[in-house]
Amino acid sequence: MIGGLFIYNHKGEVLISRVFRDDIGRNAVDAFRVNVIHARQQVRSPVTNIARTSFFHIKRGNIWLAAVTKQNGNAAMVFEFLLKMVEVMQSYFGKISEDNIKNNFVLIYELLDEILDFGYAQNTDVGILKTFITQQGIKGTQSRQEQTQITSQVTGKITHRREGIKYRRNELFLDAIEYVNLLMSPQGQILSAHVAGKVVMKSYLSGMPECKFGINDKIVLDNKGKTTTDDPSRSGKMSIAIDDCQFHQCVKLSKFESEHSISFIPPDGEFELMRYRTTKDISLPFRIIPLVREVGRTKMEVKVVLKSNFKPTLLAQKIEVRIPTPLNTSGVQLICMKGKAKYKSSENAIVWKIKRMGGMKESQISAEIELLQTNDKKKWTRPPISMNFEVPFAPSGLKVRYLKVFEPKLNYSDHDVIKWVRYIGRSGLYETRC
Amino acid sequence: MTDSKYFTTTKKGEIFEMKGELNSEKKEKKREAVKKVIASMTVGKDVSALFPDVVNCMQTDNLELKKLVYLYLMNYAKSQPDMAIMAVNTFVKDCEDPNPLIRALAVRTMGCIRVDKITEYLCEPLRKCLKDEDPYVRKTAAVCVAKLYDINAQLVEDQGFLDALRDLLSDSNPMVVANAVAALSEINEASGHPVIEMNSQTINKLLTALNECTEWGQVFILDFLANYNPKDDREAQSICERVTPRLAHANAAVVLSAVKVCMKLMEMMVSDSDYCSTLTKKLAPPLVTLLSSEPEVQYVALRNINLIVQKRPDILKHEMKVFFVKYNDPIYVKLEKLDIMIRLATQANIAQVLAELKEYATEVDVDFVRKSVRAIGRCAIKVEQSAERCVSTLLDLIQTKVNYVVQEAVVVIKDIFRKYPNKYESIISTLCENLDTLDEPEARASMIWIIGEYAERIDNADELLESFLDAFHDENTQVQLALLTAIVKLFLKRPTETQELVQQVLSLATQLCTCRSGGGAEDEKLDSPPLPQPTSVIPSQDSLIGDLLSLDMGPTQPTQPAPSSQGQAVQSTASMDLLGGGFDYLLGPSESPVPQQQQAFGGDAGLLGDIFGVGPGSGASAGFYVPPKQMWLPAAKGKGLEITGTFSRRGGQIVMDVTISNKAMQPMEGFAIQLNKNSFGLVPAAPLNIPHAINPNQSTDASMVLNTNGPVQKMDPLTNIQVAIKNIVDVFYFACIIPIHVFFTEDGQMDKRVFLATWKDIPAQNEVQYTLSNMMLGADTTVLDAVSNKLQQNNIFTIAKRNVEGQDMLYQSLKLTNGIWVLTELKIAPGNPNYTIYMTLRFHMQMLSLKSRASEVAPTVYQAFETILRQQ
Repeated sequence: MIGGLFIYNHKGEVLISRVFRDDIGRNAVDAFRVNVIHARQQVRSPVTNIARTSFFHIKRGNIWLAAVTKQNGNAAMVFEFLLKMVEVMQSYFGKISEDNIKNNFVLIYELLDEILDFGYAQNTDVGILKTFITQQGIKGTQSRQEQTQITSQVTGKITHRREGIKYRRNELFLDAIEYVNLLMSPQGQILSAHVAGKVVMKSYLSGMPECKFGINDKIVLDNKGKTTTDDPSRSGKMSIAIDDCQFHQCVKLSKFESEHSISFIPPDGEFELMRYRTTKDISLPFRIIPLVREVGRTKMEVKVVLKSNFKPTLLAQKIEVRIPTPLNTSGVQLICMKGKAKYKSSENAIVWKIKRMGGMKESQISAEIELLQTNDKKKWTRPPISMNFEVPFAPSGLKVRYLKVFEPKLNYSDHDVIKWVRYIGRSGLYETRC
Repeated sequence: MTDSKYFTTTKKGEIFEMKGELNSEKKEKKREAVKKVIASMTVGKDVSALFPDVVNCMQTDNLELKKLVYLYLMNYAKSQPDMAIMAVNTFVKDCEDPNPLIRALAVRTMGCIRVDKITEYLCEPLRKCLKDEDPYVRKTAAVCVAKLYDINAQLVEDQGFLDALRDLLSDSNPMVVANAVAALSEINEASGHPVIEMNSQTINKLLTALNECTEWGQVFILDFLANYNPKDDREAQSICERVTPRLAHANAAVVLSAVKVCMKLMEMMVSDSDYCSTLTKKLAPPLVTLLSSEPEVQYVALRNINLIVQKRPDILKHEMKVFFVKYNDPIYVKLEKLDIMIRLATQANIAQVLAELKEYATEVDVDFVRKSVRAIGRCAIKVEQSAERCVSTLLDLIQTKVNYVVQEAVVVIKDIFRKYPNKYESIISTLCENLDTLDEPEARASMIWIIGEYAERIDNADELLESFLDAFHDENTQVQLALLTAIVKLFLKRPTETQELVQQVLSLATQLCTCRSGGGAEDEKLDSPPLPQPTSVIPSQDSLIGDLLSLDMGPTQPTQPAPSSQGQAVQSTASMDLLGGGFDYLLGPSESPVPQQQQAFGGDAGLLGDIFGVGPGSGASAGFYVPPKQMWLPAAKGKGLEITGTFSRRGGQIVMDVTISNKAMQPMEGFAIQLNKNSFGLVPAAPLNIPHAINPNQSTDASMVLNTNGPVQKMDPLTNIQVAIKNIVDVFYFACIIPIHVFFTEDGQMDKRVFLATWKDIPAQNEVQYTLSNMMLGADTTVLDAVSNKLQQNNIFTIAKRNVEGQDMLYQSLKLTNGIWVLTELKIAPGNPNYTIYMTLRFHMQMLSLKSRASEVAPTVYQAFETILRQQ
């Protein structure tokens, strides 16, 4: 497995270096610097082979994280580990930056020692790690009982929650956050569209509560429909077809497989309960109709119509339409009905921002683009028009049906728990070709 | 408090200063000093001189300080083995500490100190820790066994740690089980002999632990499961059922490992069973979901998907759209997606794919654009119906005049011309317009090939080709060869006008030859294209991923050729081999890959081969009829590999004689031959032996003895043999007809009385009659002897002669290798001027190994008689 792990700054200086195996020498550190960080051209692959050694790297800001192995390792696991490590570090000291890493290098070594043994990933749950590895150094005076409690948590069946949590007010928050992805042809044909959603839960619950979570998943509702003769029209309209979903480590997957029920004991605090993907019956909140006309070699006219397509009572926010312009643009004249529009030469795009927009509305922008004469033979290839937005509903149609909490040992019941549910639809890659 | 200050000290005398601080009385100062040492160590400074001082700090209650000292020890113990011993006592003591965290820390660190002397002291504490009451210590000890094995394998085996590790597989704590699995897998790989027996009991334990351990533990267990071969498909199915829930895990590594296990187990199952098809359906969504993860994970997923769709195209056949390239995907993701798109392209979705590819061909990244253009060509070759659209798309792209797009388009158009000859030559004029802009060898060679091939339709073909001749010596070998062939083709089509041109090119080419051979061996080495590298023990990127999903490794792992002009085709076949289960699998219904990168002169080479390749096989027993060698695999189909061959019978054995010619430009080696199941159970008795690489334009004769004890499958016609031949370039398939008389055995002479009895016994439906007319059999008196002699040399034995009403009768017997007796009666009637033979064949099938009726065997036997008798 992983033979060594290095963290570099943008100059290629080593900030953290941990070697687990003999076959990885100090020269591996240099090899990566010379061949990847200092390489002239753009990085062509996250996996690099240098002298029979494989380097797996990810980059966060200016910081490079590289895992090295000479064995035939599991590539997916190496990358997942690196990503997880970034997550752990972020939760300890915030942004991954050179300063932060230098400031916390002792902590990072300590964490590495715990989460990676001989190149094999161990428990990486932040909640548990924080119980015994802190920025203030290790608590030297743990009682005997505390020590065994830590070890049983690190290795226990429920590695993501410690025992004995108490809240005066049992409360939980559910956020269904969806990213709508769209690629539309200039003629308005949907080339591809899907929703990538996630359910984020913040739980402030006492004890070891068992939770059961239900959504309007078509499979579940259809099964029910058969047994309890539910109104077919209702379940047909209200349910959604989920292509695929993935769950947090805490969810009992075998139970989901057999009964299609989502049950779990949540970690304390915030975590991502599930991720899902749908492709059917997505309500696209916005539609862009582009009209591009090239008037001669030095002028272009662009007109873009933006239509909102949801309930008039709802309000979309943070709307931004980005219209790419050719590299040889010399000037842009803009007229828009709503919001503010600006030509940003550094980004080669017209950015049109609208703070709020109700449902079933329409707005438009027109632009005259002046071009410089060039003798560049290559035609400008129009990148797609992209947009950003946020809407207060789930474009996939997902609904949370219930979230039941059972805590058999403590005396609070499902009714005593205060629950909050919120739906947010955001733009993922929302593009229209023009 | 910030720690970054430790990185900035670069004063002189720093080491000395640190030394002082390390020996300070104050705890706080000590800790600061150790931190400084670690920081210096990280940036690469040599602080090994401080070893004794740092080790002195080890005896402390402060866990943080202890960890820092341990970190230092792990780095420098190897360079100071004698002093490292000083630390041993502390370790041994720490392993007894009441705090489990300290016990674990000690055993974890000890394993990382790779000094032989220390390992001896490690054994006792490790043994204790493996049985520790605290699972945290046990899971750390499990990994420590693997560390120790890496240092001293013998010690681990002698001390019985492997048994202890095996016991941990039944541990009550899932994390201990997972780490034990990881350690065992590593030891298994390192030792070369299995250290753990995988039986259904162990597997069951692991499957139980799978539900409860951490995500990483799940990956260890799943990767271990992937190596298990279940007893039967029921067991495979039950494992699958317990693995599939993992497909919904948030960690991509868990998902991919679960997919790997499923793919592996599906091999065991009947492919059209219900379970298999539901499983196939279950695999698709998680794979698609992986495409929305971080780009690096996406990349790994795509590499795996690329292999999966080759093995089971069904899984993702409806998911084409998710592989469409996004504008801001990283380049490595784009390139992989493109590859998968081509693999998934079918007639149904080709229009969509082409529209996308055209879009991509206008992007910025040169590599990606080139690959997109190439992809259009591959679409044309893969889906015939789309060829026309592809060609018109390519023409549009040529009109953009972007240099590398044009060059790439020319290369793929050549391939399209090869695949669909005489269909799209109307576009040649457009291509010729761009002749001047081509500066890459492959594009130039392709264009020259096109001109040569369609010389009769290009009025100024001679001028065009002549224009290349001026700088003949500066051209790449590939272009030179193409030019040579093209001009010869042109000459064959228009001999009168182009004689001068041919002479010119020939003299240029021969000049080249002489100076090369003068240059000696070194020169030759430089000129020949790079040889494929031997398979490295260390994973190349390909085998990394390949292994991750080593779905079904063939017996020989293909070598990855060094990047050469062969590019695309070699790559695609190499990865195909990764999946292939040896020849048997490939011989099945799977289509052989379309040869895309045939050498430009392939067609002509075939012609020459025909002239030289004919000639009887040598060494056959006198009189035994050996048919002349037939062209089995023309060079055009074999990427330059040409095979002619025949069959004979020598010394009671069937022998396959082949002439292997290399018409390609690089040496070929690594030959192997395999026969598909056939009617007579022919299998190679020994592997094909070609000791040397065959250099370009050389050929080698080889013989291979065949046995008839292989698996039997009826072929149509009966004597059809399907052959697969492999070399470093690819695997090729061809079929040939084996003359039936090589199956006639030497013990085919029947006793006279037995013959008589058998003849009568054979029922009428087993009798077939033929007439051989116009036979030239020689002088009257010796006819019978001549006939029986000739036949006897081919193991057809004459039992009796008779003369009935002025007609000579011959009674004969022969026996096939599979035990069928054929009894014949030849009635030889003198004709004018030649003879007519009336033949009656009776088949005695005592051993019905061949489930066929007499009428099916009879024609081939009859043909054998005819060819033998007509042989002068």
